[in-house]
Amino acid sequence: MAAVVDEGLTIPAPPSEPGTLETALRAGRAEGRKLLVPYVTGGLGEDWAEIVRAVADAGADAIEVGIPFSDPVMDGPVIQEASELALRAGATPVTVFDELRTIDAGVPIAVMTYYNLAFHMGLERFAESLAAAGVSAAILPDLPLEEVGPWATAADAAGVETVLLAAPTAPDDRLPVVCARARGFVYAVGLLGVTGERDALAASSLVIARRLKAVTDMPVLVGVGVSSPAQAVEVCAEADGVVIGSALMRRVLEGAGPVGAGAFIAEVRAALDDAFR
Amino acid sequence: MALAEPSSSGRFGEFGGRYVPETLVPACQELERAFRSAWGDPTFRSELDGLLADYAGRPSPLTECHRLSEELGVRVLLKREDLNHTGSHKINNVLGQALLAKRMGKTRLVAETGAGQHGVASATAAALMGMECMVYMGEVDMARQALNVFRMRLLGAEVVPAVSGSRTLKDAVNEAMRDWVATVETTHYCLGSVMGPHPYPWMVREFHTVIGVEARAQCEALLDGGVPDVVTACVGGGSNAIGIFSGFADTEAELVGVEPAGGAAVGRGVPGVVHGMKSYLMQDEFGQVQEAHSISAGLDYPGVGPEHSFLSSIGRARYEAVTDEQVVDAFQLLSRTEGIIPALEPAHALAWISRDRDLLAGRTVLLNMSGRGDKDVAQMMEILG
Repeated sequence: MAAVVDEGLTIPAPPSEPGTLETALRAGRAEGRKLLVPYVTGGLGEDWAEIVRAVADAGADAIEVGIPFSDPVMDGPVIQEASELALRAGATPVTVFDELRTIDAGVPIAVMTYYNLAFHMGLERFAESLAAAGVSAAILPDLPLEEVGPWATAADAAGVETVLLAAPTAPDDRLPVVCARARGFVYAVGLLGVTGERDALAASSLVIARRLKAVTDMPVLVGVGVSSPAQAVEVCAEADGVVIGSALMRRVLEGAGPVGAGAFIAEVRAALDDAFR
Repeated sequence: MALAEPSSSGRFGEFGGRYVPETLVPACQELERAFRSAWGDPTFRSELDGLLADYAGRPSPLTECHRLSEELGVRVLLKREDLNHTGSHKINNVLGQALLAKRMGKTRLVAETGAGQHGVASATAAALMGMECMVYMGEVDMARQALNVFRMRLLGAEVVPAVSGSRTLKDAVNEAMRDWVATVETTHYCLGSVMGPHPYPWMVREFHTVIGVEARAQCEALLDGGVPDVVTACVGGGSNAIGIFSGFADTEAELVGVEPAGGAAVGRGVPGVVHGMKSYLMQDEFGQVQEAHSISAGLDYPGVGPEHSFLSSIGRARYEAVTDEQVVDAFQLLSRTEGIIPALEPAHALAWISRDRDLLAGRTVLLNMSGRGDKDVAQMMEILG
């Protein structure tokens, strides 16, 4: 059954069975864990694949790998810089796929990128390339619900889960519709703004997590602005977990390497486990 | 055909749409509702018409270029948007959006600008209506358009350099969108061209149809009820072109958009998605957006408004590209023959007429003179020595 929300735009019904990412996150939640998903920019430096493995070993439940795009409008300065450096070093969707295929992180991988890279390659080919590289899910922050249909059709066919974002600006009647089409998890946007570290957790992070938990059984992870172990603990009072991007990538840009990246994620893991187990 | 309203999802054929982060979807929906209501409200329309007449100086004249026409062997008519307050067509759109923003209860405008004309117009409208204004401008453009940076600051706007990527218009749009994502509750994004997510391409076109409506009547008066053979305008995002095309889309007139050779989205691009819309876009083999290169900061944009992509795809308009050298020649030609110093942007359209004068011999061409050249004089002084 397909719901028509707009002229010419059809949103296909989501797959009925959860995929690899969602299954893993639901299982983690059922064990009483708070879920931790670090973000790593693909193609940044020689050792990015080792960073992915290091944060997996440090206790990540899944990993978000960015495919750098020239115009990342949802990203703040840190991820912009990481993307620009990766692009300058020659990263392309194909080089990132090739390396992802060789990474055995032991946890599901979700790719985060912007829609034009998928659109340009061809949606079916892009979705199939993700699946062939062992990627479970995709996050496309400039593809809102109304425009998701063509991509979702291709992703569903390839067995790739489409994570959808839910924003603090969404009216109450929009959230259940977003959650109903989301697979993998629901990415709760923690604040009004782009990715980047903030001194304090935005109150809106707790509000959006609470609003989403009230309407969905999907894992709800808060991202954008979650900057420290303490903030991760704070938001997990409402959320099932967190996505941590800029705080990790700033350390990577400063030269933390796989060891430093792993140590930071281990710190977040320990704080979450101490607070909630 | 007249230019039609886009589909309910904001599409002109396959182009357009609303490819924005979730955070901005409700704001785009609210803007669409507010615009639809205002545009159908006689009070809003008469307030805007009043500002266009008493503040911006409309209607703008139509000038027949006798000496230029003789030199080229082509009868050239200019729609004089350069004579508007702030020196370009941009004021039409900005007065409309600022009035709409006020009606929506927004207290702050953000804008992107390339050459600075839209930034100056936005700063002007904000000053007029007592609103805050922040303008994002590529660092490279701030250097080559220092005069307009000073004007914006004089008008009370804050000008913020966009320091990422190519540091030109494309990056200024990114920064303005990032600002809007963070401030959407109090801020209206005063987008400067017929681009971006729905309803912008449609709304901005509607605010510029005044150009086409006036020009149509002026041409009919001058040409004994006839219309020009060709209507031409420069195209970056394409707002001045859509404005003048709108008055002639239902006639036999040929519609010709002129792009810079280094930013020819329609000419050399393939469909892509950036800045909220699906349209022709200059990109590399992987879909990374390419940097445009043009002598004119206002046309340094790798994309184009979706309706231009549509008009091209159905063959109703065609798009030519001219080189920087041809533009420099045209800039001097109009100055010398008519005493009108054009902005570098509309000098592109004149460069095309001049280049293709043999094909256009004996025909009547209406050119939208979208802006005046004062802002470009310093840059041209360096080029011409």
